[in-house]
Amino acid sequence: MKLHDPLTRYVVRLGDDALIMGHRLSEWMSRAPFLEEDIALSNVALDFVGRARLFYQYAADLMGGEVTENTFAYQRDVRDFTNLLLCELPRGDFAFTLCRQFLYDAYSLPFTQALCKSADSQLAAIAAKAEKESRYHLRRSRDWMLRLGDGTAESHERCQNALDQLWIYTDEMFECDALLDGLIATGVAVNTASLRSEWLDTVTETLHAATLVIPEAQGGVTGGREGIHTDDLGFLLAEMQFMQRAYPGLQW
Amino acid sequence: MKDNMSLVGNEEKFQSKVDAEEKVEPKDWMPEKYRQNLIRQISQHAHSEVIGEQPEGNWISRAPTLERKAILMAKVQDEAGHGLYLYAAAETLGITRDELIDRLHTGASKYASIFNYPSLTWADIGAIGWLVDSAAIVNQVSLQNTSYGPYARAMVKICKEESFHQRQGYNIMMTLMQGAELQRDMAQDALNRWWWPSLMMFGPHDAESAHSAQSMKWKIKRRSNDELRQQFVDQAVQQAQAIGLVVPDPDLVWNEQRGHYDFGAIDWEEFQRVVSGNGPCNRQRLAHHVSAHQEGAWVREAMAAYEAKRRAVPAEVA
Repeated sequence: MKLHDPLTRYVVRLGDDALIMGHRLSEWMSRAPFLEEDIALSNVALDFVGRARLFYQYAADLMGGEVTENTFAYQRDVRDFTNLLLCELPRGDFAFTLCRQFLYDAYSLPFTQALCKSADSQLAAIAAKAEKESRYHLRRSRDWMLRLGDGTAESHERCQNALDQLWIYTDEMFECDALLDGLIATGVAVNTASLRSEWLDTVTETLHAATLVIPEAQGGVTGGREGIHTDDLGFLLAEMQFMQRAYPGLQW
Repeated sequence: MKDNMSLVGNEEKFQSKVDAEEKVEPKDWMPEKYRQNLIRQISQHAHSEVIGEQPEGNWISRAPTLERKAILMAKVQDEAGHGLYLYAAAETLGITRDELIDRLHTGASKYASIFNYPSLTWADIGAIGWLVDSAAIVNQVSLQNTSYGPYARAMVKICKEESFHQRQGYNIMMTLMQGAELQRDMAQDALNRWWWPSLMMFGPHDAESAHSAQSMKWKIKRRSNDELRQQFVDQAVQQAQAIGLVVPDPDLVWNEQRGHYDFGAIDWEEFQRVVSGNGPCNRQRLAHHVSAHQEGAWVREAMAAYEAKRRAVPAEVA
């Protein structure tokens, strides 16, 4: 499925981030460290899946014809997914999931705030809803950074390890490409490069409070926006798309 | 001797309070057996909600559409929430959640045996929501009037959500029955596998039920296993027929005189086999819960350590 219209590609890109993040979070259901976290993690997962649906529904409207939100989720292969690599990494342990979430939430809040001002009113409307969620998500993941970072020696070590592994995937959030440049010029897209300093301030403040250290810069791994993913995404899609692939063209 | 007298007096007072339909509250005097009986029943109920997350949660990652995915996530999340209310209700009886979970892990405490069956196809998510949640509602509506206050109040809240779950399950089945032949076959197959275990959810026949008589007297249970099962059959059969599903019971027939459906004999050997640990998924269900709990130990410890540090800080400052 090749998308050409820049706005559609942008909207789908945002939908992909949300869907893959939501899917990974939902994998915690029945596996969380205690029952309240089964509920909380699935709450956040639901927010992301809900966000993905809004983006995909908008993209489907833009494309018209037979395309629906499900076309994007279930009928594209790995090369057509344009989510950030950060979102697709396997969930790892609880520290890995919460560190990933914190790093992303610290980006997602200023991102959705900026998207509220998009020249595209539909995107601005989706962002207005998402921003409220991101505010709560960040508060929650920040609290977990404090508890894990400043909890026990084990939790501190797990948390620091997770940060060290995740750090190289954070550059991609602030990357601009030709698609973005064009849409930034017309006031539709968020200039993600401009969010980096706010993100870094949030992260620095929180990690410091959590007695954790900012990993040394190691250069960034990117490629998600071009459909160059880790091996893990293919397996995620194989599972997620199983029904639509095994029984195509039916109503469920 | 005097103690015995006062115990007898307490028990009489307790029974007359129950008979008068007054709720028993956590701080009220209650017979030790009443307390133990309730802990057993409420914790079994809580564990069922929590273990039930597994067969349904299995399909969150594979749900066929985004809408179904979101609904299923919300549903399974509700089940976890029900587990939480119920653990909290059990805790009012003087037992901790850790102890309850420990009892689950050692096998001392049970959960609904139906969750020892696998959810093999998407239609199973329909069948579980429709049948298992229907059975749960029938049982829980009667428990809204149970004599123990915290349990009764938890049931009121839970019943509201369960009826949404039941509708989502039935809606999945209805959609499948309106679909292609392979979807109708999938739905029928799921009904065939889940029907009898659903009937078994109500427990043994009244005559064979170990805890029934005393539980009825104390109004922990309000209606008998067989009464509740009959109500479930009467409504589920009509729902099945409405969408073209065939209930897998050759002896099923409407009894004009009774005003109920007569149904075939339940295979109690199968029931005993699964309850005693040899259902298709008993080991996996328990192992899954044990491993999640063990893997989460360091998180719980971190949280406790962090909170202890926070509490210590003001003292240090002063």
